[in-house]
Amino acid sequence: MRYLLRRVAVLLLTAWVAVTVNFALPRLMPGDPASNMIARYGGQMSPRAREAIMIDFGLNTHQSLLGQYFSYLGQILTGNLGTSYTFFPASVTSMIRQALPWTLGMVGFATILAFLFGIGLGMVAAWRRGSASWHRESRLDTALVPTGVMLSAMPPFWLAMMLVYFVSYKLGWFPIGGGIKPGLAKSSSAGLIDIARHAVLPAFTLTLIAMGGWILLMRNSMLTVLNDDFVKFARAKGLPNRSIAYRYAARNAILPIFTQFAMALGVVVGGQVFIEIVYSYPGIGYLLLTAVYNQDYPLMQGIFLIFTLTLLLANFLVEMLYVFIDPRIRVEAGK
Amino acid sequence: MSPRALLHNRRAAVGASILVFFALVALLAPLIAPYSPSNMNYTPGLAMSAKHLLGTNSNGQDIFSQLIWGARTSLSVGLLTGTLICLVQLVMGVFSGYVGGKADTALSSVTNVFLVLPTLPLLIVLSAYLRGGSVFVLVGVIAITGWAWGARVLRAQAIALRNRPFVEAARISGESRWHIVLAHIVPNMLGIMVANFFGAALFAVLAEAGLEFIGLGNPSTVTWGTMLYWAQNSEAMLQGMWVWILAPGLCILLLGTSLGLLNFAVDEIANPNLRRD
Repeated sequence: MRYLLRRVAVLLLTAWVAVTVNFALPRLMPGDPASNMIARYGGQMSPRAREAIMIDFGLNTHQSLLGQYFSYLGQILTGNLGTSYTFFPASVTSMIRQALPWTLGMVGFATILAFLFGIGLGMVAAWRRGSASWHRESRLDTALVPTGVMLSAMPPFWLAMMLVYFVSYKLGWFPIGGGIKPGLAKSSSAGLIDIARHAVLPAFTLTLIAMGGWILLMRNSMLTVLNDDFVKFARAKGLPNRSIAYRYAARNAILPIFTQFAMALGVVVGGQVFIEIVYSYPGIGYLLLTAVYNQDYPLMQGIFLIFTLTLLLANFLVEMLYVFIDPRIRVEAGK
Repeated sequence: MSPRALLHNRRAAVGASILVFFALVALLAPLIAPYSPSNMNYTPGLAMSAKHLLGTNSNGQDIFSQLIWGARTSLSVGLLTGTLICLVQLVMGVFSGYVGGKADTALSSVTNVFLVLPTLPLLIVLSAYLRGGSVFVLVGVIAITGWAWGARVLRAQAIALRNRPFVEAARISGESRWHIVLAHIVPNMLGIMVANFFGAALFAVLAEAGLEFIGLGNPSTVTWGTMLYWAQNSEAMLQGMWVWILAPGLCILLLGTSLGLLNFAVDEIANPNLRRD
């Protein structure tokens, strides 16, 4: 329990730092967003409209920096992230709410698939090498390592572009882009099928991108475990290979790579942003690009904040899961 | 970890060969490239031919020449950022782990925050604020966002080495903290640091290309990333100009793979559990 409380405290602290970074960022950067915004109107703006924009950006010059900071914190706690300039008068919160389900769905799906496939392949690669080692190199291991390296070195946007060109455009198997055919209701069965059809290629791309890291991590972790005494002992006892591989080695090899989940999630999120851009997928990465192109700073910051908080929460959940599956941490935590 | 061990590792040899190849291309670009990469005076949209090996793009530039010149930016951004990241990691990871105490608490909590900030969105937001900057702005931004993970790994290593007898001996003989870090700690974790360097360079190459692809670099410079930016914006795909997209991406992938292979191989050599005996 005390462990849990401590983790929650760290979570809140990090969230606070992230929010503060988000507050500081536009104020540290050269040129202020409000002036940029005003410049876009070519100076055709009355002093009062100018004032209104400054206030809306939270860059109220009459307020001290500390005052600005506290009103910013207050706004965030009430879920108010300001007004988008691109989609005026829509609020940043409402734009994010529309885009978030698309991204979460795909990221969740691809993360799980990539994890399962990556772990599986990494495990088999290590096991094959471990058992075939004396005489010859295992072909599978020899092939899988460079594959994993290549997948992690793959520019996600490029892979997406190539797949759009060859699979969607040339072969016509999937739609070229978008999330759903315009005019189709999301909840109808035709709509759901269409959503799935639009999601296949982006999800496939993202899974490939995310898989490379897991293959390599799991392979190395499994090789390390295979060197452990308890595995040697299991071999000496003459246990069947299958049981050594799955019940002894793999279960222990998965534990340490859980701690790398934060990094893996970062890769998925990064890949997701690029993939959404190429496929014009209506998620939050695409929205981020729209915000960047239109110099829509409130929207940009709101999206960054959501990304940060979501990642924080995901990492927290993984950490909790880790406590649950690794009894050693549980014992330590109980102290 | 000796250089000889690297040569005997097949993955390292392949990675190093690709890297050397690209380095030569980058160095000899003015000699190899048949045309100027920015000259827009050729017929746009030409197919592959003996005169234009990879054809021309819709701006009337020679794709093959652009590809060769593009190697310069990618390679130098990768190596420069990799070095910068290593230096940050030296302070935030190695030094922090070695000195311990309050300094370590402060430094490692900064690391922990950077660890959970979403890297790519942070990169995009930072570059959006600093828009239109030079390649050096990109290098700085990428270095700021990409050091945290490695720093954590190095810190753990430094903590493990901190109380070894040879380090204690150096401490007792009155050597300064930085001297101990550089002369006694770093040489004992060189393998991991070198692996980290290649990992950071790989991250930088991909990040630079990605930022340029979405138009956050300087679109008038010729790099693999800006080539893809122009290709995407000219709807190269719909015009069937797939070479324009395929070629720069393939180069990024190859350079990235070489850095990734080196990262993996050095890690393998430095870690006895992964070694083949």
